[in-house]
Amino acid sequence: MDFALSSDVVEFRDEIRSIIREFVTPEVAARMHTTGVFDAPELNLELGRRGILERACPGLGKGDPIEMYVMFNELEKAGAPYDGLAVALMIAAVVNKLGTDEQKERIIPSIISGEALVCMGYSEADFGSDLASIKTRAIKDGDEWVINGSKMWTTLAQVAEWLILLTRTDLDLPKHKGLTMFMLPMNTPGITVEPVHTLGTEITNATWYDDVRVGDEAVLGDENGGWRTMTTVLAFERGVMGGTNAGVPLLRHFHEWAVANGVFNEPTTRERMARSIIDMQVATLLTMRSAWIAASGGMPGLEGSMTKVFAVEAYQRASRWTQATAGPAGLLQFHEEGAAGEGFVEYDARHSPVMSIYGGTTEINRNNIAERHLGLPKSR
Amino acid sequence: MSVDLGLSPDQESIAELFNGFFSNEAPPAVARAAEPLGFDRELWNKVIELGAPGMGCAVEIGGGGASLSDLVVVAETVGRSIAPIPLIDHLAALSVLTESDLVAGEAIAAVAVRPADANGIWSLVPAGAVADVVIGVDGDETIVVRSAPPMSGPRNHGSMPLADRSAREGTRTILGPASLFEVVLDRWKLLTAAALVGIAETAKELGVAYVKEREQFGVPVGSFQAVQHGLADLPVAIDGGRLLTHKAAWALDNVTDGLIDWANNEITDGSTLATMAFLFAADSAVMATDRSLHYHGGYGFAEEYDIQMYYRRARGWSLILGDSTSVGLSLADLLFGTVEG
Ligand SMILES: Cc1cc2nc3c(=O)[nH]c(=O)nc-3n(C[C@H](O)[C@H](O)[C@H](O)COP(=O)(O)OP(=O)(O)OC[C@H]3O[C@@H](n4cnc5c(N)ncnc54)[C@H](O)[C@@H]3O)c2cc1C
Repeated sequence: MDFALSSDVVEFRDEIRSIIREFVTPEVAARMHTTGVFDAPELNLELGRRGILERACPGLGKGDPIEMYVMFNELEKAGAPYDGLAVALMIAAVVNKLGTDEQKERIIPSIISGEALVCMGYSEADFGSDLASIKTRAIKDGDEWVINGSKMWTTLAQVAEWLILLTRTDLDLPKHKGLTMFMLPMNTPGITVEPVHTLGTEITNATWYDDVRVGDEAVLGDENGGWRTMTTVLAFERGVMGGTNAGVPLLRHFHEWAVANGVFNEPTTRERMARSIIDMQVATLLTMRSAWIAASGGMPGLEGSMTKVFAVEAYQRASRWTQATAGPAGLLQFHEEGAAGEGFVEYDARHSPVMSIYGGTTEINRNNIAERHLGLPKSR
Repeated sequence: MSVDLGLSPDQESIAELFNGFFSNEAPPAVARAAEPLGFDRELWNKVIELGAPGMGCAVEIGGGGASLSDLVVVAETVGRSIAPIPLIDHLAALSVLTESDLVAGEAIAAVAVRPADANGIWSLVPAGAVADVVIGVDGDETIVVRSAPPMSGPRNHGSMPLADRSAREGTRTILGPASLFEVVLDRWKLLTAAALVGIAETAKELGVAYVKEREQFGVPVGSFQAVQHGLADLPVAIDGGRLLTHKAAWALDNVTDGLIDWANNEITDGSTLATMAFLFAADSAVMATDRSLHYHGGYGFAEEYDIQMYYRRARGWSLILGDSTSVGLSLADLLFGTVEG
């Protein structure tokens, strides 16, 4: 095996690092906790201006999954707000793969320039893990589609230009077969956005669709082919767009505090820290493996599930012991005097639970591994 | 140079050769029959024919010139089969020993993984019961001693050929300062990590096969989600351990002045990675054998079933280096520097 990045990827990584240094200032990184939007527009614009988003977008530029992994891993390790960028890039790749020429021309430039964000309307109040059962309806009315229903957890809807929306178009077909995906501008009349505040400073949304009218130009992929579009989205994510090294900045923040407060020489602290560092290496190697499989022409869907199960729990373990070790200082929030890790220890204890929930829960991922990797009989 | 996380074609053939060899020559019954000592001379004679003992030595001295990455592949097959031969210890010792009878495998070498005590005794040396040559640290020197192996030792959890050995009696050679031993110990940790990945892999396979067969309530127990989820963690831990072990081998083979930049999760220092791989693989093997044994129900506890042999070796092969806190703290020293005072 070879674990060295090729020289052009090293160059790429160094460019990303220098952009992060310049554009992800402590103020930019802190802003996401007051706005509730995990995004840094100035960073996106700079990446767009330098052609990096086009280069990274699968099927469009170089589309090297190793570079994609490197970019998001660097952003994550630096504690940069990158969720908006990840979603936008992933959806740009889907439009590029499944969209019509007209859709590609209309949508992709706004994303790879770093200007436009995308929000994802899949989950509903009553359907999360069982996504294929969603009820939001799209009905053909002459040349138009009329969409009615509501979505839950439409993160970034308050800032996004675009919405990718999963709807039910045929009630008679089996649940996976009667779905259609739409891609429409968020300013289309009939869409209402209401904030949903969370435990972890992020503000997501509930969204409502009342007689939202769009034409066929908004259908992404085939009519009643929405599940395939959904699968394509997941295939592009591949588990390489961040979300697997969230413990790295936490350990750094904790360490600074622990050294300054004289608790870092405690053997228990040193051992726990060492073990979390092992976890972070393993998480990054598993992520790198997905990228390598994708770069070799494979589909690392299952490996993505495996990586996520491990990486998320490793982060949650790190969050648990750092807070427990910090004691009262681990309860203090950002900007409070004496807060462990400048408040990150407390913050990560609030943020880490979501990681085993969104984008497919840990249980759903374990189901995948058990059925598809171990070949165990379907349960449920 | 660019990322490539697959085995090379050569390594694929090495894996196939050794997996084939061990499944023919060392099915679990062989490990069972070799208990409690944990050594089968006939099997050792057969691996000599494969050229395994000197595989990692330079070609000029009659070795196979294999890289550490290749040896990692071999070590995993040893763990998969729990073959009762001290190949890991021997390969590690031969990172610095070059005598022709060792390279040929006619004599066996062991690694005293912990330093000698004040009386010059290396306690509980893995493979110490059967090794003709032992390498280890005595005071501030790396010592090699040749003396007759006791061919017996204390009965132990992992059915390993452990024995106390003297660093001072027998033909004693001073190889150099104690620091010279680090290379040997790094290699021992690395190859043991690979063997532990192998143990975990077989434990997973035994567990999965069992739950597909065994029926309760009219269905295979492997269709119960609680059972599935317990097993689903195993391939993750196994793959993670294998990647980390291979990264350590790659670093020891290729990287000089590697990074220990944990704050940015950039670690390419071979010694550090070998210790990390050892700790992770040890935990994984313990977890994999725990769960696999548990999902066998009562039969997992029966001596007749093979999983108990893996369960004991997962602990034996890792704890012989030291208690897990001490090993964890030795990693902390590598990562953060030692604590002053
Ligand atoms: C902060 C945040 C942001 C999000 N952003 C978005 C977004 O932008 N767009 C979007 O579409 N969605 C988004 N989501 C939704 C997210 O994808 C869902 O929350 C997730 O898929 C789980 O669905 P649920 O919440 O309905 O939980 P449920 O599906 O109701 O699950 C409840 C519990 O039951 C378990 N469970 C369910 N099914 C099974 C099963 N078959 N086997 C075993 N256990 C099972 C789950 O693991 C979970 O522990 C977001 C969620 C959060 C919290």
